[in-house]
Amino acid sequence: MESKLWFYLGLVVLTLLLLSALLAPLLAPHDPTRQNLDHDLRIYSRENPLGTDKLGRDLLSRILYGGRISLLVGATTVVISLTIGLAIGSMSGYFGGWTDQLLMRLVDILMAFPGILLAIAFTAVLGPGLDHVILALCLIGWTGYARLVRGEILTLRERDFVQAARALGSKPGRVIGRHLLPNLLPPLLIQATFGLATAIIAEGSLSFLGLGVEPPTPSWGSMLNDGRQFLLVAPHLTTYPGLAIMITVFGLNLVGDGLQDRLQTRYR
Amino acid sequence: MKRYLLQRSFMLLPTLIGALTLVFFLIHLVPGDPIEVMLGETASATDKEELRRNLALDQPLMTQYRSFLTGLFQGDLGRSLYERTGITDLIRARLPATLELTLSAMALAVVIAFPLAILAAIHKGSWIDRGSLLFSLLGLSLPNFWLGPLLMIIFSIQLGWTPVSGRGGLDHLFLPSLTLGMGMAAILTRILRASLLQVAHEDYVRSARAKGLSEKAVWLKHTLRNALLSVITIMSLQFGSLLAGSIITETVFSWPGIGRLTVQAIQTRDYPLVQGCVLVIAISYLLVNLLTDIVYHLVDPRVTYGK
Repeated sequence: MESKLWFYLGLVVLTLLLLSALLAPLLAPHDPTRQNLDHDLRIYSRENPLGTDKLGRDLLSRILYGGRISLLVGATTVVISLTIGLAIGSMSGYFGGWTDQLLMRLVDILMAFPGILLAIAFTAVLGPGLDHVILALCLIGWTGYARLVRGEILTLRERDFVQAARALGSKPGRVIGRHLLPNLLPPLLIQATFGLATAIIAEGSLSFLGLGVEPPTPSWGSMLNDGRQFLLVAPHLTTYPGLAIMITVFGLNLVGDGLQDRLQTRYR
Repeated sequence: MKRYLLQRSFMLLPTLIGALTLVFFLIHLVPGDPIEVMLGETASATDKEELRRNLALDQPLMTQYRSFLTGLFQGDLGRSLYERTGITDLIRARLPATLELTLSAMALAVVIAFPLAILAAIHKGSWIDRGSLLFSLLGLSLPNFWLGPLLMIIFSIQLGWTPVSGRGGLDHLFLPSLTLGMGMAAILTRILRASLLQVAHEDYVRSARAKGLSEKAVWLKHTLRNALLSVITIMSLQFGSLLAGSIITETVFSWPGIGRLTVQAIQTRDYPLVQGCVLVIAISYLLVNLLTDIVYHLVDPRVTYGK
């Protein structure tokens, strides 16, 4: 009962965040890039409920628009990584042999790096930018999905319904698509939820290091980095974007946990 | 044991060479001219050519790769463009600070997680258990780059208990360690609690209780000891995250370690130094994984390679 409540709380949080990001142009009281140097570093005013930054830009509007970047980077990274991971993991698990050996050694090499490290090195060389961030996060992101899919397929391919499909002459593509994929969805969905949380934090980290989206586009990580110089006089500059990231990741973790409880027990 | 050690170390080699190759080609094959990025578009052609020659970038790619590997196996990571000194020396000077930070973060995570997880498992379903769940969920949701400034605002600026930044005594170490170790503490609490509850249902734990041992002895001697295996794995996997996380934490607290050196190298576009730092972090991560497998084998001799 209690875990159900947490799950629904997570869903509500995520729905609200998604809506606020989608409706940012309607909800934001100001243009997030409009500067007003007369009103810089305000903590609160009726016009700027969450205050303003060093250039007098409205913080609430920037947080709403920043959410779009976080969710966009997170969702794109997850979709691309999942697609690559699904393709490679399926091939590896289904065909086995040297295909499996070769692909899994590649996964081992990529997993030899702490995820964010290679992304930092990659964006450092390529330069900042939204597409570079997504590319860098996908570079390692797919490995987790590939390993998961391979493991699941290794177990599933010995099951009777898969053996029956193969005995009836189904081609590998059909066996994977029609028989294996539906059984892979629950664990993939769980991994994707946690993957989204990881990608959002990673995007924040890259933007915090100045390797994410380029100014003046607002992003939660870059807003935190900008606010760091004003910790003494304007702590709100770091507090609000940090809270936004924390609430998003918290919501995703709640949903991920809830899905794990429901789907894994049902399918195993 | 010797055979296992040899097999495991031997298997590390292809991954290590693969990782080194990946970093090399990552830095060398990206589109664009690194010389132009380093010197700027306005630099003269002569300056660009001179730098290209100094960095041996005018050589064929495979020649560069060979000399990179040769240098690496001799412990030479090349020269920093900005600092104009050897990268190995620069990293050697910064390594103790990063080790101090990551090890103290790990220790702090254990100090927080162990009592919390044990209490949560003993009092399953109680408010302590719920509190531990909330702690682990929140701990996982707090990014280092926010937790650091947040702790700084509370403990350094408002309360004045700790220095704002820099390296020094224990008071300097506390906030960066807490920032870096929080995620690990959250994961450890969660895994250890689940592992303790799983082990608590084993027959030997029931036997221990049946033969009249005290609850303390049952939990600490029989349950905790057997729940530790999963914790060792998580700690090893998390050590990589700690090393990578040190890049952010060291930046937030101006901690003079490899993480901060990496960020400085990125800011000054000192690519050989970026490459060196990434390599050192990746190699440390691989070695820690190797060490974990060995410890794992020592703790549970049933674990053998390839099974």
